[in-house]
Amino acid sequence: MMSRFSCFYLCLFFLTTVNAEITGFPFKNEKEEQRFRELSSELRCLVCQNQSLADSNAELAQDLRSELYQQVVSGNSNNQIINFMTKRYGDFILYKPRFATKTLLLWIAPIILFIVGFFCLVRFSKFKNHPQKKEIPEADLQKIRVLLQAEEEKK
Amino acid sequence: MSSQIDKESRLSQKPKRLIYILPLGLFAVLMVIFFFGLGLNPRLVPSPLIGETVPAFSLPKLSNPNELIQHTVLKGEISLLNIWATWCASCKHEHPVLMKIAQSNEVQIYGLYYKDVPSQGVAWLRSYGDPYHENAVDEEGKVGIEWGAYGTPETFLIDQKGIIRYKHIGPISWNDWKTTILPMINTLRNNNDV
Repeated sequence: MMSRFSCFYLCLFFLTTVNAEITGFPFKNEKEEQRFRELSSELRCLVCQNQSLADSNAELAQDLRSELYQQVVSGNSNNQIINFMTKRYGDFILYKPRFATKTLLLWIAPIILFIVGFFCLVRFSKFKNHPQKKEIPEADLQKIRVLLQAEEEKK
Repeated sequence: MSSQIDKESRLSQKPKRLIYILPLGLFAVLMVIFFFGLGLNPRLVPSPLIGETVPAFSLPKLSNPNELIQHTVLKGEISLLNIWATWCASCKHEHPVLMKIAQSNEVQIYGLYYKDVPSQGVAWLRSYGDPYHENAVDEEGKVGIEWGAYGTPETFLIDQKGIIRYKHIGPISWNDWKTTILPMINTLRNNNDV
């Protein structure tokens, strides 16, 4: 069984790995640090493309992190920083695609698919719940009645 | 009477059959999208700088650290800006092609010596040959960020007005030069004559 102490030390171990990326960057206040964290996890590292700037240890990611740090500390707004990055590296640097004509389909496809799915659901379940009634000719009904009557009389 | 009912029921079945084919159709569309989409190279990130004027810089020359070279040298004539470093293996691979391009005298090649020690670059050019008109030393990689560099070698084609026309990511092969870059240079030259 894991003792409380070893658990505590294990937690410390993970804490240090999470914080590894911001060592060496002194922040004036927590707000700045928070902003730096958020932005560095929203921006993609272009060298190792499935990692954010916060996760990556590539040279370029380090450079872009220090660029990001400089801009956060000098008080640039998130929008200004995002614009700076996309002007140089394109929309690709953003993990979350922008809402633009180029990405319109990407954003509205889920809504369209939901509507289509809903429509299909309504349409097809209607068929199931109300199967078409077939008119049975009166002559056949008469036959059935006779047969049932005969069955009844047998008992 | 009964034949009419048959006809009607057959008619009402028609749209139903189409619906059964729909998943197959969607699957086919997806296959086409995947076929082309998965063939794309995710390393080739389109540059937003195409059509823009060259980002400004003022950096020491590799040949003489006391002199500065500025982005203004990229205006006036068609030129290539090649981002390279001695730690970059593909740059070594690309180097002979750059030598050949330089010898063809079609275009001036400028270099952005990226995140590397100047003395090593000088030694490299001395031993392998120097295809560059001039090199700007970007030791910290700040100017590299301005140009949106993310993997050396990268080469920009810049027109007479200092506007970026094309970006080649990765080493240029002789074939790239012949089939893509040189024709673009010729078009730019012809457009300017008119």
